[in-house]
Amino acid sequence: MRKIISALGLLSLSTLAVAAGDSLGPTEQQATNWHAITMFCLFVTMTMGITYWAASRTKSTSDFYTAGGGITGFQNGLAIAGDYMSAATLLGLTAMVYMQGYDGYIYMLCFFAGWPVILFLMAERLRNLGKFTFSDITAYRLDQGKVRTMAAISSLTVVCFYLIAQMVGAGQLIKLLFGLDYNVAIFAVGLLMMVYVTFGGMVATTWVQIIKAVMLLSGGTLVMFLAMSQFDFSFSKVMDQAMSVHKLGERLMHPGSLLADPITAISLGLGLMFGTAGLPHILMRFFTVTDAKEARKSVLYASGFVAYFFNVIFLMGLTGILIVGQNPEFFEGGTIGGKLVGGGNMVAMHLAKAVGGDMLLGFLAAVAFATILAVVSGLALAGASAISHDIYARVIKKGTASEASEIRVSKIATICLGFVAIILGIAFEKQNIAFMVGLAFGVAAAANFPVLILSMYWKGLTTRGALWGGYGGLVSAVLFVVFSKSVWVDVLGNAAPLFPYTQPALFAMPLAFLLAYIFSKSDSSVRAQSEKEAFGDQYVRAQTGYGASGAASH
Amino acid sequence: MSSVMYERMRVNPKFQELVARRGRFAWTLAAIVLIMFYGFVMVVAFAPESLGQPIAEGSRWTIGVVVELFMFIFFWALTAVYVRRANTEFDALSQEVVREAWKENK
Repeated sequence: MRKIISALGLLSLSTLAVAAGDSLGPTEQQATNWHAITMFCLFVTMTMGITYWAASRTKSTSDFYTAGGGITGFQNGLAIAGDYMSAATLLGLTAMVYMQGYDGYIYMLCFFAGWPVILFLMAERLRNLGKFTFSDITAYRLDQGKVRTMAAISSLTVVCFYLIAQMVGAGQLIKLLFGLDYNVAIFAVGLLMMVYVTFGGMVATTWVQIIKAVMLLSGGTLVMFLAMSQFDFSFSKVMDQAMSVHKLGERLMHPGSLLADPITAISLGLGLMFGTAGLPHILMRFFTVTDAKEARKSVLYASGFVAYFFNVIFLMGLTGILIVGQNPEFFEGGTIGGKLVGGGNMVAMHLAKAVGGDMLLGFLAAVAFATILAVVSGLALAGASAISHDIYARVIKKGTASEASEIRVSKIATICLGFVAIILGIAFEKQNIAFMVGLAFGVAAAANFPVLILSMYWKGLTTRGALWGGYGGLVSAVLFVVFSKSVWVDVLGNAAPLFPYTQPALFAMPLAFLLAYIFSKSDSSVRAQSEKEAFGDQYVRAQTGYGASGAASH
Repeated sequence: MSSVMYERMRVNPKFQELVARRGRFAWTLAAIVLIMFYGFVMVVAFAPESLGQPIAEGSRWTIGVVVELFMFIFFWALTAVYVRRANTEFDALSQEVVREAWKENK
């Protein structure tokens, strides 16, 4: 096994090196690629070393899914922050602040505000009731087979949409930053992810997240610090100059076109807040810590890092308006206000180059690549555990599968998901995928969150209610997005959208709750009666943690 | 067996106290966050102009930026407050409930 790891590691390193060699040329852009590639290779070498070490510690299912429950609150906090802050966060949100000013800041608050609520209402119960996947909680007293199948389907839906967004982003970004071919980049991400997850399981995935989170936080901070130093660290000074040069002028700090109508604003707020509480790869992280105490600490650290970094990004976007937006070097054809070299999402990268030269650009590019790799690994592990733990071990084998066979299935599932990710990444290359992350959050908020929260808080939830709520939320969220402008018009090319709003949460989420309520209430079966009675024990366990799966004993 | 344990814990008045106290605390904090956040979203939706106003004549700090920065810090401070109280006071109480249920075994 170890040989395979090192062979794969070498393979991926050499493909990167070869491809980089191909694109080496006399222009300045290629010279910067070497910094990025060197630093990225350092990251890969380091994480491969960790995977090698993690492989020797990954023996049981508990090691594989949850790192034996032995991650500390601080480590998990960093890893959650790493899982949560994707490359889209760094590049997309910086670009949004650069383009729209205050709208970007509003967006970031929506992304952040879910965390305190998760802590107050969910963190403890998640840890006390769950073991490997969040379906452990929803299926706790309900029909294992049906509820787990439903939860696995919606988990995989979320994972796939999120994967598409990440893979296509990875391909585009790497093509641009490293000068690699799109397909090479997709394969590199897919293969590296398979190695991390299949050999290192949750231990390796967690450490990849931690390293990447530290790189992201320090890289962003450094860029922000250097950029702000040009303005004597005065926010007023930045704002003053930014308003005078930005095309929005004084309106830069007004809520703008992004949240033009109230319905969109509220729906986005709901979707981002409760979507966070329904993302399978985030929920899974709660099971990697020893107990509820550490789970709470993880949220404290994670939300602190996320809040801090969002403010860093806000400053990066604003200083970008002046440093990048006023420098003809960063515009195609050298005309200020034209198209940015490499597209609108490159503001953060250009800013790094402007304030720190090729070294910093290389570092930030490597961070962006590492970020995608880490998020993809977390997603793959969450998807694989839905297949192996929920579908294979609980639904098909009904709890009789041996640990070894369950781990084998999850490794096979990881490799399959890796190839699915590669195929989807290639298939969606030319597509407009801007709606994908929104869709993932929408499905998470409408299909996963309602059933999860009801199963923890409402005695009356029955299997029938959970299935109607879960499937109803899933189908409606997907349909709302398909019929909205972002798919119906932008992708499918129809003239007008059937559903007038871009954000599904405001409509799909209440629908899921309503369906779960109606079909639970009207469920008078004997089974429903015993499910309601089982809530008593579940409630005591959720509150006290007695009987919760503990840290690994070995 | 574990069902017996759960039953013992459930009837323990300390368990009722734990649930009541922690529940009240958690829901109060959650309500503060939800009301402030959705209040803010409503302002964005229905009175966006008010957020663009400077906090003082001639200042470059707008109300919107100050309010958001405050929420980032305040919400995080609330998580710190909750973690502190839950990890000391509530966890001690919860351990007591479990311990007392064990004792009845002997």
